[in-house]
Amino acid sequence: MTFVVKPRIRHPQLPVNDLGLTRRDYEGAVSTLCAGCGHDSVSAAIVAACAELSLPPHRFAKISGIGCSSKTPSYFLNKSHGFNSVHGRMPSVATGANLANRSLYCVGVSGDGDSASIGLGQFAHIVRRRINMVYIVDNNGTYGLTKGQFSATNDRGSTSKKGVPNLYEPIDLVSMALQIGAGFVARSFSGDKKQLVPLIKAALAHPGMAFLDVISPCVAFNNHNGSTKSFDYVRGHSERLMEADFVPAQAEITADYDPGTTEDVRMPDGSILRLSKVARDFDVHDRIGALEYVQRSQERGEVATGLLYVDPDAADCHDILGTVKTPLNALTEADLCPGEAALERLNESFR
Amino acid sequence: MNVTYNDFVIRFANVNGSGSASANGMFAKALFRMGVPVAARNIFPSNIQGLPTWFEVRVSERGHLGRREGVDIMVAMNAETYAEDIADIKPGGYLFYDNSKPLAAHFRRSDINEIGMPIATLLLPEFNDLKQRGLFKNIVYLGALSALLNIEFEVITGMVAKQYRGKDDLIAPNIHALELGRRYALDYLGGPIEYQVRRSSANGDKILIDGNTAAALGALYGGATVCAWYPITPSTSMAESFERHANALRKDKATGANKFAVIQAEDELAAIGIVIGAGWNGARAFTATSGPGISLMSEFLGLAYFAEIPAVVFDIQRAGPSTGMPTRTQQSDLTAAAYASHGDTRHVLLFPSSPKECFDFAAEALDLADRLQTPIIVMSDLELGMNDNVSEPLAWSDERRYDRGKVLDAAALDAAEEFGRYLDVDGDGIGQRTLPGAHPEKGAFFTRGTSRDEHARYTESPEAYQRNMERLERKWATAATLTPKAKIADAGRRNGILYYGTSAMPMTEALELLQGEGIALDRIRVRGFPFGDEVFDFIDRHERVFVVDQNRDGQMRSLLINEGVADPAKLVSVRYYAGLSISADTIRDQVLEHCKAERLPRLKEVGS
Repeated sequence: MTFVVKPRIRHPQLPVNDLGLTRRDYEGAVSTLCAGCGHDSVSAAIVAACAELSLPPHRFAKISGIGCSSKTPSYFLNKSHGFNSVHGRMPSVATGANLANRSLYCVGVSGDGDSASIGLGQFAHIVRRRINMVYIVDNNGTYGLTKGQFSATNDRGSTSKKGVPNLYEPIDLVSMALQIGAGFVARSFSGDKKQLVPLIKAALAHPGMAFLDVISPCVAFNNHNGSTKSFDYVRGHSERLMEADFVPAQAEITADYDPGTTEDVRMPDGSILRLSKVARDFDVHDRIGALEYVQRSQERGEVATGLLYVDPDAADCHDILGTVKTPLNALTEADLCPGEAALERLNESFR
Repeated sequence: MNVTYNDFVIRFANVNGSGSASANGMFAKALFRMGVPVAARNIFPSNIQGLPTWFEVRVSERGHLGRREGVDIMVAMNAETYAEDIADIKPGGYLFYDNSKPLAAHFRRSDINEIGMPIATLLLPEFNDLKQRGLFKNIVYLGALSALLNIEFEVITGMVAKQYRGKDDLIAPNIHALELGRRYALDYLGGPIEYQVRRSSANGDKILIDGNTAAALGALYGGATVCAWYPITPSTSMAESFERHANALRKDKATGANKFAVIQAEDELAAIGIVIGAGWNGARAFTATSGPGISLMSEFLGLAYFAEIPAVVFDIQRAGPSTGMPTRTQQSDLTAAAYASHGDTRHVLLFPSSPKECFDFAAEALDLADRLQTPIIVMSDLELGMNDNVSEPLAWSDERRYDRGKVLDAAALDAAEEFGRYLDVDGDGIGQRTLPGAHPEKGAFFTRGTSRDEHARYTESPEAYQRNMERLERKWATAATLTPKAKIADAGRRNGILYYGTSAMPMTEALELLQGEGIALDRIRVRGFPFGDEVFDFIDRHERVFVVDQNRDGQMRSLLINEGVADPAKLVSVRYYAGLSISADTIRDQVLEHCKAERLPRLKEVGS
């Protein structure tokens, strides 16, 4: 736990973004997680992504479930409202929040216990409904708050801190998300800021369900030699698909890259996700290919990271439902109430 | 012949899935259109096809529309249930059946009138299609009944024409089947029987509507924009009705886009989660469910109570526990709903007893949820929700404005000296809230199910926790002043009767029956929980109060004892929970039995 309260005074040298805001304007309360927790790096990456994109820091709805990961929405974007809800049920609360006001950025943070165990059903259904949000799982393979029990994403054979092996098959949320309709699927590592920040930026720009699985080692309970979610294991076994950089639509795009090794992915809002292919040729629009790639990597004991799939024609739940552009929570009596005369006609139809 | 007009019970015994529901519905509607008060009850199995199903219509010029024991006319169209159906007919009553196959001798009763009609045989030469022959059986008996009961034929034919508008090729064969039945009844069955209908003005401007449709319209008028639900009998038709009427009445005129969102969730947990997420973000939202759904929603309901999020739940109750009798009615979720969730949790309940009240309370619940920032649970039941009931017409005033409660917008935040989400600024226990995204600098807070201080900051301070719980108690006291007041008829009698929801339907008749036995009772119909002072004042004023519950454990009686200072010995339970709705006869019998056992004086004894 960090006890040093950060001063609120702005350093004159801090860079400002297009809104005239610095990174400090996107931060949250001081984290109460363990020092060195991967989750804090994810929060820092969210802060960096939102600041670099110059998004208004009060226009977010931050939703979470229960667990260490679900505490983190307190630690970023403190000008926005947050809702720390019920264990495993962040997706339904996020769905309601998004239906009520489609004009807010919706960021959901969950953990592997929250999304792969108690909340697996809600995870699956929010993905297939394509709610427009960034869904981040801080995935550490363990139950931190209750002191180190295995979670459902833990690999078979991976051991607990006491050396006891996990006997059961892991659930891979990335494969599930690919299978059931997420328009944007990526995996990253909390210790890889260079990869994580552009992926969060691209996820924010994606109109629909953007799912990000972030391997985020638990320094207290799951960072030992037998764990496949430790810093050392993930660093040694991660297979990066590509370097990613994100260029917002508004900024000038300076083309200075080798066409043989990069690919620009045009996001629906016109912005560009630029991928430098360091691993191999990888088609980010091939959903089934991505699924196969993820599964093959897993078979080799490797963790495929990077952008795995993006649907350039993605639709979101509001498109599917055909709702009005005005947020539903802003509609007034005049919009909502059919009135006395219509009710008299209804009465007549029941006579 | 001694003819009884507009006062009988007719029951149709059918096979589920045989298309009888629409013919039986037309029968009830035809009588209603002749101005005669009717109550239709669908007594159906948890099944799509094959099991027995019944449809009962109580016809009462005097407006006694609760269930009454005994059947005057039995339309027995299901040979498998002949034994019980024939046994239910009152002496002197009528058995109407298809005698294409003769009735076995052991079914015969000498004290009833038998009307056999060869329906299947009549249809054989008329319609080639087997499926059509099956469906038209129902239409043929409807035609025959029009002759036997003297129903105005053009009322029925008019309904057929309206029902099949747009599918005109169906009109002629349906009319033909109706005429086939009517002609046969007139020519061979001796025309009208002892029970007949005649045009009346008793319905006035009333409407015939089921409670779920009325509740759906109330939610629509009340400004609900998000509906999340999971299919469960008997609540499903409410969500479906909301969607249907919203599609008709809530489209943007220019773009055709929807000013509402309906999500069929993956389960009840998700349904209430969506409602709570939407409520937190400022949209009016509701879900419709039944007892098993309330069980599943309990954790979330506790969150909404503690985190103070507006949410509206319609519990269309059915017979529990567990899966119970999923297609039968009960009022057995009171304690589950009132105290849903762990910890010290209490929820506001509303008890509608007519379709008009389903409409009113649906809109009222949305206002109350916003005002009190807490879940409001509307306690309907299968009897009210799924059956067509005669009701006062639905009413709305264009002057009416939604009460959105204490929501501070950007301008209010700029004007405010201080904002603390859980500060009791007005002393009524209700804090001010802000909606996400309202202001660039002010008003953002973190909502959580964990303990917090007045400024929504996480704390485990014993004092802060207790202050918060005490404020929630103050809010509960405020709620008791805002829930709908009980309806009371108090003539200063010694004893009273307390009831709620659908027990109101047979109550006037039950009290008339009791009056005939020399027992006069004051009455109070409870409409909300927490109870207002008037409820306990009524109990205080009376020596004895009968409490009518449609559940085994006397759940309303438990709530009264738990929440007030009522002496349990004063509260005498009247209970019925066998899956049908409570009848006037049941109420009379149980009250009478108690009076006899306790040797209570009756009017005629006092008078003599």
